[in-house]
Amino acid sequence: MSLLKSREALLGGAILLLLALIASRFPGFVAPDNLARVFTDTSPLLILALGQTVVILTRCIDLSVAANLALTGMVCAMLNAALPGVPVVVILLLAVTLGAVMGMVNGLLVWKLSIPSIVVTLGTMTIYRGIIFLISDGAWVNAHEMSAAFTGFPRAQIAGLPVLAWFGILAAAAMVLMINRTPLGRAFYAVGGNPHAAVYTGISVGRTQFWAFTLSGALAGLCGYLWVARYAVAYVDIAGGFELEVVAACVIGGISIAGGAGTILGTILGALFLGIVKNALPVIDISPFWQMAISGTAIIVAVTLNSRNARAKGRIILRKAQEQTEGATA
Amino acid sequence: MQMSVESRQFDDVQAGAPVLELRDITKTFPGVKALDGVSLELYPGQVTALIGENGAGKSTLVKTLTGIYQPDGGAIHVAGEPVVFATAQDAAAAGITAIHQETVLFDELTVAENIFIGHAPRGRFGLIDWTAMRSRAREILARIDAELDPDTPLRELGIASKHLVAIARALSVDARVVVMDEPTAALSHKEIEELYDLVDRLKAEGRAILFISHKFDEIFRIADRYTVFRDGTHVGAGLMADVTEADLVRMMVGRDVNQIFPERRKAPGDEVLKVVGYAHPTEFEDINFTLRRGEILGFYGLVGAGRSEVMQALFGITKPSKGVTRIDGQITVIRSPARAVEAGIVYVPEDRGKQGAVIGLPIFQNVTLPSLGRTSRNGFLRLSEEFALARHYTDRLDLRAAALDQDVGNLSGGNQQKVVIAKWLATKPRVIILDEPTKGIDIGSKAAVHAFMAELAAEGLAVIMVSSEIPEVLGMSDRVIVMREGRIAAELEGDALTPETLVRHAAGIGAPA
Amino acid sequence: MSDTSVTPRSIPDRLQSPAARLLASWELLLLVVAVAIFIANSLASPYFLNAWNLSDATFNFTEKAMIAFAMALLIISGEIDLSVASIIALASTAMGAAASVGFGTPTLVLIGLATGLACGAFNGVLVTRMGLPSIVVTIGTMSLFRGISFIVLGDGAYRDYPSDFSYFGQGYVFWVISFEFVLFAALAVAYYVLLHRTNFGRTVYAIGNNVTAAQFSGIRVERVKFILFLLTGLMSGVAAICLTSRLGSTRPSIGTGWELEVVTMVVLGGVSILGGAGSIPGVVIAAFVMGLVTFGLGLLNVPGIVMSIFIGLMLIGVIALPRVWKAWRA
Repeated sequence: MSLLKSREALLGGAILLLLALIASRFPGFVAPDNLARVFTDTSPLLILALGQTVVILTRCIDLSVAANLALTGMVCAMLNAALPGVPVVVILLLAVTLGAVMGMVNGLLVWKLSIPSIVVTLGTMTIYRGIIFLISDGAWVNAHEMSAAFTGFPRAQIAGLPVLAWFGILAAAAMVLMINRTPLGRAFYAVGGNPHAAVYTGISVGRTQFWAFTLSGALAGLCGYLWVARYAVAYVDIAGGFELEVVAACVIGGISIAGGAGTILGTILGALFLGIVKNALPVIDISPFWQMAISGTAIIVAVTLNSRNARAKGRIILRKAQEQTEGATA
Repeated sequence: MQMSVESRQFDDVQAGAPVLELRDITKTFPGVKALDGVSLELYPGQVTALIGENGAGKSTLVKTLTGIYQPDGGAIHVAGEPVVFATAQDAAAAGITAIHQETVLFDELTVAENIFIGHAPRGRFGLIDWTAMRSRAREILARIDAELDPDTPLRELGIASKHLVAIARALSVDARVVVMDEPTAALSHKEIEELYDLVDRLKAEGRAILFISHKFDEIFRIADRYTVFRDGTHVGAGLMADVTEADLVRMMVGRDVNQIFPERRKAPGDEVLKVVGYAHPTEFEDINFTLRRGEILGFYGLVGAGRSEVMQALFGITKPSKGVTRIDGQITVIRSPARAVEAGIVYVPEDRGKQGAVIGLPIFQNVTLPSLGRTSRNGFLRLSEEFALARHYTDRLDLRAAALDQDVGNLSGGNQQKVVIAKWLATKPRVIILDEPTKGIDIGSKAAVHAFMAELAAEGLAVIMVSSEIPEVLGMSDRVIVMREGRIAAELEGDALTPETLVRHAAGIGAPA
Repeated sequence: MSDTSVTPRSIPDRLQSPAARLLASWELLLLVVAVAIFIANSLASPYFLNAWNLSDATFNFTEKAMIAFAMALLIISGEIDLSVASIIALASTAMGAAASVGFGTPTLVLIGLATGLACGAFNGVLVTRMGLPSIVVTIGTMSLFRGISFIVLGDGAYRDYPSDFSYFGQGYVFWVISFEFVLFAALAVAYYVLLHRTNFGRTVYAIGNNVTAAQFSGIRVERVKFILFLLTGLMSGVAAICLTSRLGSTRPSIGTGWELEVVTMVVLGGVSILGGAGSIPGVVIAAFVMGLVTFGLGLLNVPGIVMSIFIGLMLIGVIALPRVWKAWRA
């Protein structure tokens, strides 16, 4: 099987190696408790990266996710501050809906007006951030203004894990199911892998991209509430620049920016890799200021390795060459 | 070889009536009328061969039939009822399926998924049922004797296997009409025989088959009826039993009666280019030929025979693994197009929109692009020089345009081609390679391009013309090299140059008895 | 078809006079917008039409515009560089480190420029030699370059620049005309000539329009792209000198988020994000528009974050409106 040579196996191996290295000096890091903590801390990145993955699969990019997260978070926080009685379930639903609507705005502009996604989301990113200021007047919503139920929800423990971590697991599981078992999930690959052929199979490229943005937006909205509740504070600049970390997780996970290639498992591993590096640095007594350079290097290494696998070969015309390729795969 | 896909009974078709009928279909693209009032009838349990040269409109017809294109005029009837196919899914729902010439498959998906994308079997909660999909894929693959694992990602397969997947995909729909667009082009002899068996079985099941092929032997082997297209028009149809190969060739290439090629005085000069032992790992091998000043050397062959690949290696786009190029006797190593242009070799590619013209730039900028060194001073542009150079060559080519600062994208195909040729003439080359120079352009522009080629040769330029159009090859070339499967199959000259010899060598058929 | 027998006749050079083209151009529309904003600002605030205030306002865009010129060429060629702001950080850090051990202003300038060039070369090699997608490469180097600054500086800062170093960002050439503004103007002219008046500029357009056809026309595509990455790096170095000199200090967070503002400026200036189209005058006017909006709203006490809504709306609007108009007419 080619499983051992796959991108995911390579990255999984790198993560295990990384954990082993850390554990050799600081065994406490790989204690179950700590690993759970690391996973919980990585969950927002993971959830956003899952949404970004489907967007990148369709040959687009969503730079507005962090701004979407911040705006949704602010709306949730202000709602909670104004009406503390509103139950968390309603807030969750509101967050997902609001996020999805913002994703739909991106998707519609890409679908109906064929504006390149990088321009659309660069624009909506600044607009969404600006709206936060408009609705909050630049003020912070602080912990004492939030209800205990609101801030307590992501930290509540279920079967030894906080709800935040469960959301990460749930989102990953749902995404694996969606990608592998629904026509839409397969359409993401088809549209990104060969948009021309997608038309031949009756799949609409624009509509599929629209749903990718909607999904990405909905997950960003979900993270908006979780983020604000977890840190018990909401302000204009939360998660500033986080969109690039999200893209980085995808790229490290082997999602091809050219679309149509990569797996959810890869994204999960990519996010975990970044999460482990971030959490391990203080433990192994390296300044956390190294984190940025390390993730940058990881992106470059990952994209270099991935491209090595995908070098274009010539057309196969000669009989003997055809027989060779057949022989190699048989 | 057990038939496990249940076949639907098509009760709505009366005996002897066509299951699918196209009437007066017209389809126009900017600059070219691809289909001009064509008709076609397909009968249940019969194979209809669609015959025509490249550019005759066959592929456009297939795309119209499968809902990729919408016709500008005419009607499609299925079982006597008029239908409109807005999308590919509409055509599939009407029971029309196709094995397309270009592989419209997805490298990142598995074999099973490629077969079923768009109509995957669903299980509980509407989720894709992978188990059912795999087993049904296995059944269909077994039915065409393809030993492929449904779980293999498509990117790991070779071209022939991919083609089998495309066939399996077409069979995954319970179709009443199966369109096969050159299905044997990439298959080996054994696989072709298996495909014929499959066609026989589909016939026995009462399905109608539209079979597109350039290979006469296979048309006579499996087809019951024929329809011939030429230049987007319908020129004949009937029963195979009533025609001979020669009849079909005449119908197909009959244009030579209404197409006049320029008179040429054939007096080639010194040898300018010599290619020895050119080879590429996957594209071609054992390529040897020479080219003389004032000569037009034709390269004939079926699509995918490796002609363009040889030319692109000569032009420095791809790297040959073996072989030597001599220009005027000097060994010349060409590693990039820039180097080729310096060495005096230029290439007018087949794919004008992608490789030839920069369609977003104005005409004059396209013409001067490789000659900027001559029109500029110290690296600074001189527009008046550019316009002068562009005007000189576009006038010579009789370009039809409103102004030289018009974007090339606004021109017709024929005029775009003239711009590309003007671009290269401005570099004063010694060897000009024209790859399908008149493909998809109107008759008027064709004549202009032909006249111009003759003029260039008369001026002492060495011309290589890659062409799949038999009249053009016969009408223009002094000498013809026929390629097949990446190798030179024959070099023909004088009396040996006939439509029959070209077709036979290109298709690998022996001499007639 | 019957007209082939007509004797050849000359085709006119131009269908429209250059003046007529200008009337229908994007640049003119943008200029009208700029003038309108100028007038609106003058009416809205009595402090606007003040030479010193206006002079101060130019600092809002001059440094970004310098990068935008090179970025315009890069985007026209079909590539992008998202690492420019991080190059500023790295170049500034390198200068700060040199200054802290006593190097003089000329050496600092050289170090700033050399760092920019080196970063540009690094991006260029990865994109043109390794064939990697520039958007991923520069998201990676964006983290890497700034990450190195963080490693060097942590939460510290370099402040001990020589006193004559302040001229670049704080000096005035004549009355209210700052050195930066003069440099901006000179670079605008230089880039105008390079893009619109040289062979090199012509090849940039050809590559961006159709990279295959450009290659097939004998253009050395990779060499041109490499030079463009070098130029973008160099201009980031120039901007780093100006910005560092103006602020008088270096922190690793210097210029954060500028890459998106620079790209916005370029796209607003009419450069197609898909490559192949755009002009330097457009970018110059877009720089003024962005500067005037920021400054004018600033005088009205509108916070910067809200201005970003306008910038975001403009970015999407200028691309969307012509498309909506076209679709509506069809």
